[in-house]
Amino acid sequence: MKIHEYQAKQLLASYGAPIPLGDVADTPAEVLKVWNRIGKGRVAVKAQIHAGGRGKGGGIKLAETEDEVLSSAKKIIGMNLVTHQTGPEGIKVRKVLVEEALEVKSEFYAGITLDRSSRSPVLMVSKFGGMEIEEVAAREPDSIVKMKIHPLSGLFQFQARELGYRLGLIGKPLQSAVRIFTAISKLFVEKDASLIEINPLFHLKDDRIVAGDAKIGFDDSALYKHEDIEALRDEFEEEPAEREARKANLSYVKLDGNIGCMVNGAGLAMATLDILKHFGGTPANFLDIGGGAKRERVKDALKIILTDKNVKAIFINIFGGIVRCDEVAHGVISAKKELGISVPITIRLTGTNEKEGRSMLESEGFATGVSLDEAAQKAVRSAA
Amino acid sequence: MSILVNSETRLLVQGITGSEGTYHSKRMLEYGTKIVAGVTPNKGGTNYLGIPVYNTVSEAVTETSANVSIIYVPAPFAADAILESAYAGIPLVVCITEGIPALEMMRVHASMPEGVRLIGPNCPGVITPSTKTKVGIMPGHIHLPGRVGVISRSGTLTYEIVKALTDAKLGQSTAIGIGGDPLPGTNFIDCLELFRNDDETDAVAIIGEIGGSDEEKAAEYVAKGYSKPVIGFIAGQSAPPGKRMGHAGAIISGGKGTAEEKKNAFRAAGIKVADLPSEVVPLLKESLR
Repeated sequence: MKIHEYQAKQLLASYGAPIPLGDVADTPAEVLKVWNRIGKGRVAVKAQIHAGGRGKGGGIKLAETEDEVLSSAKKIIGMNLVTHQTGPEGIKVRKVLVEEALEVKSEFYAGITLDRSSRSPVLMVSKFGGMEIEEVAAREPDSIVKMKIHPLSGLFQFQARELGYRLGLIGKPLQSAVRIFTAISKLFVEKDASLIEINPLFHLKDDRIVAGDAKIGFDDSALYKHEDIEALRDEFEEEPAEREARKANLSYVKLDGNIGCMVNGAGLAMATLDILKHFGGTPANFLDIGGGAKRERVKDALKIILTDKNVKAIFINIFGGIVRCDEVAHGVISAKKELGISVPITIRLTGTNEKEGRSMLESEGFATGVSLDEAAQKAVRSAA
Repeated sequence: MSILVNSETRLLVQGITGSEGTYHSKRMLEYGTKIVAGVTPNKGGTNYLGIPVYNTVSEAVTETSANVSIIYVPAPFAADAILESAYAGIPLVVCITEGIPALEMMRVHASMPEGVRLIGPNCPGVITPSTKTKVGIMPGHIHLPGRVGVISRSGTLTYEIVKALTDAKLGQSTAIGIGGDPLPGTNFIDCLELFRNDDETDAVAIIGEIGGSDEEKAAEYVAKGYSKPVIGFIAGQSAPPGKRMGHAGAIISGGKGTAEEKKNAFRAAGIKVADLPSEVVPLLKESLR
């Protein structure tokens, strides 16, 4: 789960990391109030959406006078912000962060990710802030310094100091950097984050080190432990079908094709999309209904698939290892009637009682297939 | 010999009285697995499905000499369950549970005693058809004793390959689901090494997917010289970057972990790559000729 910059900064501040003075607002009048409260100086008005690339898309503006602040707020709040991460349809801006514009000497990068090979979180810093870390890794790989965070002990102080020294800091700014590195490491481990990025991390002219931007993602599997984090979820940022799927406890990812897919098991679901593509089709989604393929889940899943108006055909692929195929067939037949589905459905069932399942489906007019390849080709033809 | 589980396996089921534990214990017994103990806190001293139940793993091990444990407990308690078995001296722990937070798994790995092998979490388990030993949730009846080793990050996709091997009368020596999480206890290389030394395995099928670099590492390992033919398949060719495809570990992040990279790594290592699951068996047949 992702959260907004303003939420991430408030969390950082609660862990003792310095952030710029500012507050969030959702109307131009509120924006002006915040501007008044934080000293009527030069401010940045920043659109709060989950996607990156906001500046280039016109979602971040600097303002100094009351008129400028007001006009920036009016321009940004309610705009449809399109960035390289939002897709062409963009995201509607509902909130802005109004924040003091600081005198910056240089910009660093600091980030924490879960490193699969070392089985620990890794804190990375670079002197090259303000650009994406993947770009830094490609252009200036030697500038990236990595430090493993022990999952039980956390980041040691000597590690935090070393990271600061490697950024060329000494004295007061070093101490300030140590505080930030300690804070983000603690936050990461305590709140089960999956990603923290402070990019840029500002080194100010007055030698303070301050989080210029903040991006935090959390491990979905751990949200049950953190009600405070779950409360930060912004449902407006979720794809509606993905939101419904999350509530139904289904794993769904929207794609841009026209064949709606329902599969039991994530690996088989991925492979099914690949097979459809191999035979010239375009999948509309990834959807895993779980190994058991239970009846009520079949209905929930079909409902979610059909919220996508691009869906011209549905392909169901069930490996009935433990569930009986006739039971799955029964579930699909009744769901089709209850939901009044009109698009063609192709089903591939294999496993226990597959023949019974198939003949039930065929007598109801469904297209079926014994082999996955054969059924996938039928589904592709039915969407053409 | 087969690998990991065989006729010597004395299985302990953690969470035996829960609904998943009950259902799958019955299926494992039916298949022929020797279940010697169950553990459910506060249910010690009872008998369930004809199996003695204990409060703690350590007590169960002392009483029954269990040497493999399988975990069906819910995610909030699963990390603790893994360590309980590991600290009780069980050398092989199989964790079926999905949804253990990544940081908890990191703490588990940092706390694991030497010499304990964990398989999973979020996996279907391990099965050796020749000895009728099933330690997992896979449907037993689709398996056939044979000479192909199967290693996979997925569940039903593994069954798909297993069934194709069975239909082709090739069968399986041992099939291992290493799990769909980002931090598996056992990886492809570990299993390749076990199969290399197993005289009942003639070839190995690796079923990988997007995310992480375990497949690339396995390719490097095979490239250094592997005595048996290896066939690979990678799921997730059409997965968009930055989206988690069902499995916690199946995500392309920062442009890394794509199916294309993994396939290329396989090819460069001399691993034949199937573009479709249905191509795995023909490629295996060709290599075994």
